[in-house]
Amino acid sequence: MNLLVLLKQVPGTSNVKMDEKTGTMVRTDHENVINPLDENALAAALELKRSIDGSKVTVLSMGPPPASRALREAIAMGADEAHLLCHRGFAGSDTLATARALALAIEHVAGRRLGPNDLVLCGERATDGETGQVGPMISAMLDIAVATYVRGIEVKQDHVVVERVVEEGFERVRMPLPALVTVVKDINQPGFPTLPGKLAAKAAPVPLLTPDDLGLTRDTAGLTGSPTRVVQVFRPKFARDTVLRRQDSGGAAVGSLVDLLIEKEVI
Amino acid sequence: MEYSGVLVVGEQRGGSVHSVTYELLARGRTLADKLGVSLACVVIGHRLEAFGREIVERGADVVYLVDDSSLEWFIPRRHSAELAALIGQIRPEIVLAAATTAGRTLMPHVAARLGAGLTADCTGLDIDDEERLLLQTRPAIGGNVMATIKTPSARPQMATVRPKSARPLPRDPGRHGEIVVRAAACDDAQSAGERLLEFVRDTSQDVSVQDAEIVVAGGKGLKSRDNFKLVEELAGLLGAAVGATRDVVDLGWVGYPHQIGLSGKTVSPRLYVAIGLSGTIQHLAGMQTSETVVAINKDKDAQIFRVADYGIVGDLFDVVPELIEKIKTAKNARLAGAR
Ligand SMILES: Cc1cc2nc3c(=O)[nH]c(=O)nc-3n(C[C@H](O)[C@H](O)[C@H](O)COP(=O)(O)OP(=O)(O)OC[C@H]3O[C@@H](n4cnc5c(N)ncnc54)[C@H](O)[C@@H]3O)c2cc1C
Ligand SMILES: Cc1cc2nc3c(=O)[nH]c(=O)nc-3n(C[C@H](O)[C@H](O)[C@H](O)COP(=O)(O)OP(=O)(O)OC[C@H]3O[C@@H](n4cnc5c(N)ncnc54)[C@H](O)[C@@H]3O)c2cc1C
Repeated sequence: MNLLVLLKQVPGTSNVKMDEKTGTMVRTDHENVINPLDENALAAALELKRSIDGSKVTVLSMGPPPASRALREAIAMGADEAHLLCHRGFAGSDTLATARALALAIEHVAGRRLGPNDLVLCGERATDGETGQVGPMISAMLDIAVATYVRGIEVKQDHVVVERVVEEGFERVRMPLPALVTVVKDINQPGFPTLPGKLAAKAAPVPLLTPDDLGLTRDTAGLTGSPTRVVQVFRPKFARDTVLRRQDSGGAAVGSLVDLLIEKEVI
Repeated sequence: MEYSGVLVVGEQRGGSVHSVTYELLARGRTLADKLGVSLACVVIGHRLEAFGREIVERGADVVYLVDDSSLEWFIPRRHSAELAALIGQIRPEIVLAAATTAGRTLMPHVAARLGAGLTADCTGLDIDDEERLLLQTRPAIGGNVMATIKTPSARPQMATVRPKSARPLPRDPGRHGEIVVRAAACDDAQSAGERLLEFVRDTSQDVSVQDAEIVVAGGKGLKSRDNFKLVEELAGLLGAAVGATRDVVDLGWVGYPHQIGLSGKTVSPRLYVAIGLSGTIQHLAGMQTSETVVAINKDKDAQIFRVADYGIVGDLFDVVPELIEKIKTAKNARLAGAR
């Protein structure tokens, strides 16, 4: 089975700088990590690889050069092959442009359209952009089945049965292959790099892909190929006319609170 | 044909229209009125005939009920084909859906088919007067920033909207609207192998914090599972749902369905009582639209006070029992008065 995992490198802390002019994130080299849910997606792929003979795990990422480190980390954990979409022309992509590039890269790396031996795995969402849109968008572009919020995957002959967490419980869904799943935290506990894995990671090539390689142009890649524009970024502000009282032994502070509750007709 | 009008994607669950649909209609009505265009609503599913009337009364000018047995359960490719077909036919300039597990799957699928821009999890929607563009505001990066996003040229402008971030309009029995019932427009051969095998309702998730008029929420300041009963007691007295911070859920004092905030539920009750919680940005993301906020905290600089209408600085272990007593007294007095 061919297992394709999409890994995004994200800032390790929640301290992210924004470029006020373009409204895009300014990434710095230090403290970047693999998006936590993508580690779950990778772990799910590695688990399937162990149970299905002749399987191969390929990891793909789009990002600046340091993202190759995330890909090597994935190899250290057991992935077989890695590719990085890396070029200035990809910068500033919104989810549609990101999905378009990754969808093309998936077919480019496979050398064909996806077939009944292929499963694509993503995280349900990334911790920085947090849209959760990239996975479903890729599935639509590749015209393959999709299941989101997946916490369990069973591979059958030519189809998969997945368990998907929804608001009021969970669903068991049957999907033919090829398919794409986006996973949630409950699916597994991500593993750790192994020593042979670390050695393999050092030696492994991480080939780079450019917009040209994928047949993308200025109109279809990066900021100029993105329909959405971040026009303003600001810190959330909250303002209310707060009445602040100190607790007192006379009971006045609590007394006025009870008056407020009566006024609001809650008691 | 120009793109014009607002389309809201409704949701049905368990044989009725989900209330989030009416929240979207309230949002959609405001936008449509600002633009001077009409508001349509589509529900895709099965056995929908009865739904149209209330959707009109809640603000829609036209209702499309795409009704087919093959659409009873949410299969992304199938529902996406129907929504894309309807958008192709009526060409709305704006499409809104709920940021639910279904909406967050369906909308990106449709946006990719149409090459449209899509913003996720919006908490604010407005119209830019000069350009007539939709301004979409959403939290990102762990709630640390808010971003306003627009889609200059691609159409339609699509957004998913956080449930409970707006209030439904009251029903207006006098409203007129057109109700169009139609069968599936697309062939489902391509997605024939996809189906729902089973839906398991998980009753432990059945906590209606999102539907509650009053929420009493507790934080780590309660110090133990046992003390957390104070929160539960006050909630019981007020007929309120119990809410909690993530730290409290992680400690196992209450279950995840009670978690309020960025990675939990968003609530917008009439009254939110915050006890022994600091009001981190991630918590505020889930409750700041509450109508009235009351906070009790021993730290006068606690951030929760900045979003509170009324705050008491003091030890919760004194304040809450006193409050419980006084509420009981007030209730008894009222009962006596009524007699
Ligand atoms: C504040 C802010 C708000 C934004 N809001 C929007 C918005 O509303 N709409 C919009 O279209 N864009 C938006 N963007 C842009 C968006 O964040 C980027 O397009 C980003 O590259 C992908 O989106 P995401 O982080 O939301 O990914 P998600 O869709 O949350 O990621 C889901 C999964 O897709 C895969 N994946 C995603 N990106 C990559 C990658 N680069 N390489 C490999 N795998 C990947 C991973 O498996 C990941 O777990 C916003 C950006 C910022 C800074
Ligand atoms: C990506 C991300 C997502 C997150 N999502 C959420 C989320 O959805 N919801 C959420 O809540 N958190 C979330 N968090 C966690 C959040 O950052 C905080 O850790 C959490 O909200 C703090 O919970 P708390 O207020 O209970 O605890 P604390 O911050 O420790 O606050 C305890 C408060 O109790 C007060 N106190 C202590 N003793 C007393 C007393 N005797 N009387 C009165 N007051 C007292 C203290 O003054 C203090 O203000 C998230 C974090 C991240 C990074």
